[in-house]
Amino acid sequence: MNNLNFINPFSVREDPGSSVGDLYTQNFSRHAKTGTVILNLGPQHPSTHGVLRVIVELEGEYVIRAEPVLGYLHRMHEKMAEVKTPWQFIPNMGRVDYLHPVAWNWAQVGACERLAGLEVPERAEYLRVISCELNRIASHLMWWGAFVMDLGGVTPILYAFEEREKINDILQIITGSRLTISYFRFGGVSADIDERFVRLTREFIPYLRERLKMYKALVTDNVILRRRLEDIGPMGVDICQRYGATGPVLRAAGLPRDVRRDIPYGVYPKLDFAIPAGPSDDCFGRYLVRLFEVETSLNIVEQALNELPDGPVKMDKAPKANWKLPAGETYFAVEGARGQIGVHLVSDGGKTPYRLKLRAPSFCNLSLFAEAAKGVLLADAIAILGSLDLVIPEVDR
Amino acid sequence: MDLSITSLAQIIIACLMVIGLMVANAVVMVYFERKTAGFIQRRPGPYEVGPRGTIQAICDSMKLLGKQLFIPGNVDWLLYFLAPVLAFFPVLLLFLPIPFGKFLTAMSVDEGILLILAFSGLGVISNILAGWSSNNKYGLLGAARAVSQSIAYEIPMIMSLLAVIFLSGSLNLSQIVEEQGSWPWQWNICVQPLAFFIYLVSLVGETNRAPFDLPEAESELTAGFHTEYSGMGFALFFLSEYANMLLVSFVCVTFFLGGWKGPFLDGFWWTFIKAYLIMMFIVWLRWTFPRVRFDQLLNINWKWLLPLSILNLWITAIVVKLL
Repeated sequence: MNNLNFINPFSVREDPGSSVGDLYTQNFSRHAKTGTVILNLGPQHPSTHGVLRVIVELEGEYVIRAEPVLGYLHRMHEKMAEVKTPWQFIPNMGRVDYLHPVAWNWAQVGACERLAGLEVPERAEYLRVISCELNRIASHLMWWGAFVMDLGGVTPILYAFEEREKINDILQIITGSRLTISYFRFGGVSADIDERFVRLTREFIPYLRERLKMYKALVTDNVILRRRLEDIGPMGVDICQRYGATGPVLRAAGLPRDVRRDIPYGVYPKLDFAIPAGPSDDCFGRYLVRLFEVETSLNIVEQALNELPDGPVKMDKAPKANWKLPAGETYFAVEGARGQIGVHLVSDGGKTPYRLKLRAPSFCNLSLFAEAAKGVLLADAIAILGSLDLVIPEVDR
Repeated sequence: MDLSITSLAQIIIACLMVIGLMVANAVVMVYFERKTAGFIQRRPGPYEVGPRGTIQAICDSMKLLGKQLFIPGNVDWLLYFLAPVLAFFPVLLLFLPIPFGKFLTAMSVDEGILLILAFSGLGVISNILAGWSSNNKYGLLGAARAVSQSIAYEIPMIMSLLAVIFLSGSLNLSQIVEEQGSWPWQWNICVQPLAFFIYLVSLVGETNRAPFDLPEAESELTAGFHTEYSGMGFALFFLSEYANMLLVSFVCVTFFLGGWKGPFLDGFWWTFIKAYLIMMFIVWLRWTFPRVRFDQLLNINWKWLLPLSILNLWITAIVVKLL
């Protein structure tokens, strides 16, 4: 309670390698210029969505250096894959990315199927597409709400949650869960759709299309939002490829790369859908690409529902819980909401895989941030961080 | 003005009534804002505590009152305590010259608007002190933003009020209302639409409300200048924010919307109805728009509002001189 301890936080640092803060902060401030402020954004900060921590060096309100600090949500999923059988590991994947769990399901199950050479029935493949795309819509909508909230607009997230709730209701019918979905099984999916699922989905598609028009008028065309996003945080093809960014970030830069088209899996080759490229590599471009992908996914769901063949949803003699992977090595990639999800699976023929490497798109997309945030305002840095659509459990795995 | 016993008693009673008004306003506005936000966001808003959640705000304020007075380490404790008090006390004085009704003015002084403008400038000092003394980088960034924002938006605000003062030729708020007629087309808003617009924008900037809530932008600065405040300290900031909102609305009503006058039954209810309509407008803005960036905020002011208000002032002066 004495004011002798009062330290001016903006005082010019006499000793750059001071002992203030933890090791990361100390190391970061070792290279700090004089007269700047080291600010910790996170791990508990409203805009880092979870437990991402970013150390920034501020000169006035300008970020001159930024460094993400990871690992606050590291849950050793890759190690768990080595001690669990593939069957036991399926629910883990929903925890890696809680916004698009179906794609992660697909990545792991797909890798095991490719290694074992399992044939998935046609109907199951269509159901996989339907559930994955519905989940992608939910993920993008959730991002949309959270992103506008980062910019200070508090209302859209509640609208987004309402649509996401409808998707959750639909997915709950077949998957049984609403957040950490584990719908896929080796050689198929866990449950067939019913009449109610089809009815709700068919009602949902035109409904969301109407809503998207409203969102365009309400949010996308808002002059404040445009001024906040246009020409902010440009990330060209060059920087995206250097850091291995994929998904909407890369597509907004102008490169129409999409695993669904480039390394086809499932029944995507049979479906007709557009892959957006551009229109600009700034935050607004990434915003538009994601909203466009929502429409694309709606089209895919509609097509898949129309072309849905009859048949079983699981192959005959599908692997049981005590199933052993054959020895070998494989790689399987799917397009998640955030980019390319890759699973590199190595098995020595034992009960558990020898190694399972997860390639998380958020991790690569986040690594762009340090370079993109140089020299922008703090508010713009938050916008750039939001436009990358990070899911922190996926970054840390 | 002679300070007789009666006028002193009048001021003390008025101050007590203003405190009552401030608290009642905060309670009503918290409920109203949350319900409006609920309506805009298509959710019910508070509905558990009391009938339709009406006593939710009272329960919240009780909770804030009952909280431990927590002082974070390394704060300048004198200024840390002083800042919320400083935020609260000028507001008491600010309400004194406001003419609620024809005879309902606590202190009818000839320089009423000067008093209001002078003391409303004190509000930003409390923000600086809060941000500075709490020894928090977010707090200090918020305080720095608060200063530049407050300085910027006070100028067009005063300029737009000056245009009305030119017309009525008086700084006395009651006099300004008396100059206006009962019907909406006789109000100053029709004579000075540009001044009204400028005032409306700088009103949002002056009260630090979204989309101009940069000093407490939660997605960038967590809570800005009051990051380290909890309990009663936070409650006082909260109270003064709503009181400031009410004050600028009252000034707006007095200057542009005919004060206590209405198409029928002149009286203080007209002042309150109009003031709360403006409050509703502010609330509506907050829950609709994203936040502007800080340089954009200052650009709006220095590049648009200030030149426009000077232009408006010139035109008004020339027209007044010619007529």
